[in-house]
Amino acid sequence: MEALGIWNYWGVVLLMMIGLYTVIARDHLVKKLIGLGIFQVAVILFYVSMGKVTGGTAPIIPEGADGSEVYSNPLPHVLMLTAIVVGVATLAVGLALVIRIREAYGTVEEDELQRQNRAGS
Amino acid sequence: MSEHLSALIVVLPLLAAPVCLLLRQTRMVRAWTSIVAWACLCMALTLLERVHTGGVITYAMGGWDPPLGIEYRLDALNAYLLVIVTAIASVVFPSGVILTDTSLPEGKAHLYFAALLLCLAGLLGITSTGDLFNVFVFVEITSLSSYTLISLGKNRQALTAAFSYLVMGTIGGTFLLVGIGFLYQVTGTLNMNDLALRLPELLGSRTILAGFAFLMVGGSIKLAVFPLHQWLPNAYTHAPAAVSAFIAATATKVSYYLLARIIFTVFGAAFVFDALHLHWLLMPLAIAAMFAGSLAAVFQTDLKRLLAYSSIAQIGYMTLGLCMASETGLTGGIVHLFNHALMKGGLFLAVACVVMRTGSSSVNAISGLGRKMPLTMAAIVVGGLSLIGVPGTAGFISKWYLVVGALERGWYAVSVLILLSSLIAVVYVWRLVETAFFGVPEHEVCEVPWTSWLPTWILIGATLVFGIWTDVTVGGASAAARALLGVTP
Repeated sequence: MEALGIWNYWGVVLLMMIGLYTVIARDHLVKKLIGLGIFQVAVILFYVSMGKVTGGTAPIIPEGADGSEVYSNPLPHVLMLTAIVVGVATLAVGLALVIRIREAYGTVEEDELQRQNRAGS
Repeated sequence: MSEHLSALIVVLPLLAAPVCLLLRQTRMVRAWTSIVAWACLCMALTLLERVHTGGVITYAMGGWDPPLGIEYRLDALNAYLLVIVTAIASVVFPSGVILTDTSLPEGKAHLYFAALLLCLAGLLGITSTGDLFNVFVFVEITSLSSYTLISLGKNRQALTAAFSYLVMGTIGGTFLLVGIGFLYQVTGTLNMNDLALRLPELLGSRTILAGFAFLMVGGSIKLAVFPLHQWLPNAYTHAPAAVSAFIAATATKVSYYLLARIIFTVFGAAFVFDALHLHWLLMPLAIAAMFAGSLAAVFQTDLKRLLAYSSIAQIGYMTLGLCMASETGLTGGIVHLFNHALMKGGLFLAVACVVMRTGSSSVNAISGLGRKMPLTMAAIVVGGLSLIGVPGTAGFISKWYLVVGALERGWYAVSVLILLSSLIAVVYVWRLVETAFFGVPEHEVCEVPWTSWLPTWILIGATLVFGIWTDVTVGGASAAARALLGVTP
């Protein structure tokens, strides 16, 4: 039962595997990018749930605090702001590449792209 | 001012990149990127000098003291790497072939130079920072700008190559992030030195082991360790030749540094090699890379793809140096890193010269060019000899140290394998020599202008110089190896 108690990590691993599977198994490039996005979001959730302290509130010290307040660890949350930006930038570059691939090949299906690449070279 | 140098070397190219968008004119942007690269080289040389005389330089970013704040920490290894990266940048950026082979629309060249500067900033950032999360951010800056640069190749295959690199690179980067998360979860710190202090008592923990595995796999994808190298040949083949020169000579080297840093500084050689026996996994992979890379290179019909496969083999040699975990072995690995940066950078630039004149990078394109483009072809020959490791070239020095390192460890079979795989290099280099000097000329071409052959020859000439005068390279590398192993000189 101990293993079930850390259900947040199970969720993270499940999402990660869904993402990775989508990247590997799908031929459509946009679907691959979506899978990549899910994969990254799983890691973001991993960090966010890591910072959560049971019974903790937002990490803001109220007036008249006596030091006994329990609050979540803000650092992993802050780190994830950066990781989200990285994820968005990756997605943007990826989608831009997909648009250019579509212009150059007329398709975004990977097996078709490989066929054209082989025929071309 | 001077105490801020270790931060400035990263910040300067980062801030210089948007300036490219304001300058817009290709000529001015080119001059600007070259000046920035040269300024970075000067800073890197000053820092190396200061590290060798005054010891480790630490810098608290924004005045926040480590371990809470981000620390930039330069020891003999980072400073050495900074010099390599900035030296390659300051030769490649001003080169006349920088725009050869690109599919840039008219008037968009300034964006290309901005991406080059961002890539440089990311590489320098990975090298100088002492904070693991900061490493991840810089890895992503480097990767994103290199996807852009690779996609600018002339053929449309560049786009698919960049896309698959994006997928592989993002998975690698995210693996690094997961690994960093595991370490943070257990130790509560992101600073590398602080981690090194806190980890020894926690090393048995499964979380730490999982974190280590994620970091290793993520780093190996970025370094293109065999069998995780699939993205590399396509990316190098279809990228613009100058971009291949820059990325092949710097990006994999910085990933190598990152792996070495994680293994030796964060976890410690005792844990990685004595407890986990990582070398029994990495060494066969390194040897497989040496043979598979060299053999694949023999059968390539494209010059850039040939060099890319040879890069995989060279990464194998460097990884082998890492596995030895001894001063000689690591010195060999790090010297090979330096020498390989010079020779692969020079060779890719020479190929860029070929592409500039013939419009093609196939091996047949250089047929009979030995008379038409003597300087470029001589550069390819000398660079090739250095890849083989002929005495008198830089490649000989690094292989010498690797063989001696293997013998010191009693790995006699390994030292024989290093020599055997070098013999395969003879085959592919000879193919180039034969085509260039005994083939029938297909193209009516003349030698490239001096702005193109001079940068090539600066790098190739350096492999000759450092093949004989080894004080600087080997001295710097062995200081770096001692810094990694924690031996006080």
